[in-house]
Amino acid sequence: MVRVLINVPKQVKRGEPFDVKLLISHPMESGQRRDAMGQAIPRDIINRFVCSFNGEEVLRAELFPAIAANPFLSFVVAVQESGTLTMTFTDDHDTLQTETASIIAA
Amino acid sequence: MMRRRFLVLGGAGLIVPLAPCVARATPAQVAALIAELVGDAPLQDARVKLDLPVMVENGNSVGMTVSVAASVGAVRSIDVFAEGNPLPHVLSLRFGPCAGAPRFATRIRLATSQTVIAVAKLADGSCWRDSVDLLVTLAACIDN
Repeated sequence: MVRVLINVPKQVKRGEPFDVKLLISHPMESGQRRDAMGQAIPRDIINRFVCSFNGEEVLRAELFPAIAANPFLSFVVAVQESGTLTMTFTDDHDTLQTETASIIAA
Repeated sequence: MMRRRFLVLGGAGLIVPLAPCVARATPAQVAALIAELVGDAPLQDARVKLDLPVMVENGNSVGMTVSVAASVGAVRSIDVFAEGNPLPHVLSLRFGPCAGAPRFATRIRLATSQTVIAVAKLADGSCWRDSVDLLVTLAACIDN
């Protein structure tokens, strides 16, 4: 489990786009670096990020080692009803982590 | 005379720690990746906006925003490539029906001064691109 900060408005207007911001605490080890002994440090990144709202997909992102450490992701969502925003990401060890945020549409 | 020798030695010393970083993608490799993505469709310079600073102080974390001037439903995918990185692919995006706008922001790594390219594929089959030439002062791969 890694620490995730999520920034979403609690209350939004129906159909009006709003920003969702995520800050994931992850080293995003690129696999290109070597340690002090000259050994290659194995790659360890978050390679897939999926965000959905009430089961409908918002965004699907494939991430590569060029994403900076502690990835910050920001995107736009528009909803027609209240519900839950589900954000799932997978790392190189196939560990799946899911974070949720509830949104009230008025 | 002494000063000149000192400068030469200093310069040589600077190059050594950079040596492990020489494995880089080439513009030709990136062109091939884009060709694979785009297929036969012509690639036009408009509609996509890639927002990156032209002068980058620290390549370890560079704020980037990519957006497309089209409705969300019309965008099939957005891909970003960095020509000078060891692995040129940066990001691949797909938007679903609940997305509010085809826009995405993140922070990326840049190994050297280079051209970063964003390619958007629309649902009607047309492909659009934008690129930014930027200067990186501190590269992403020197720190260990």
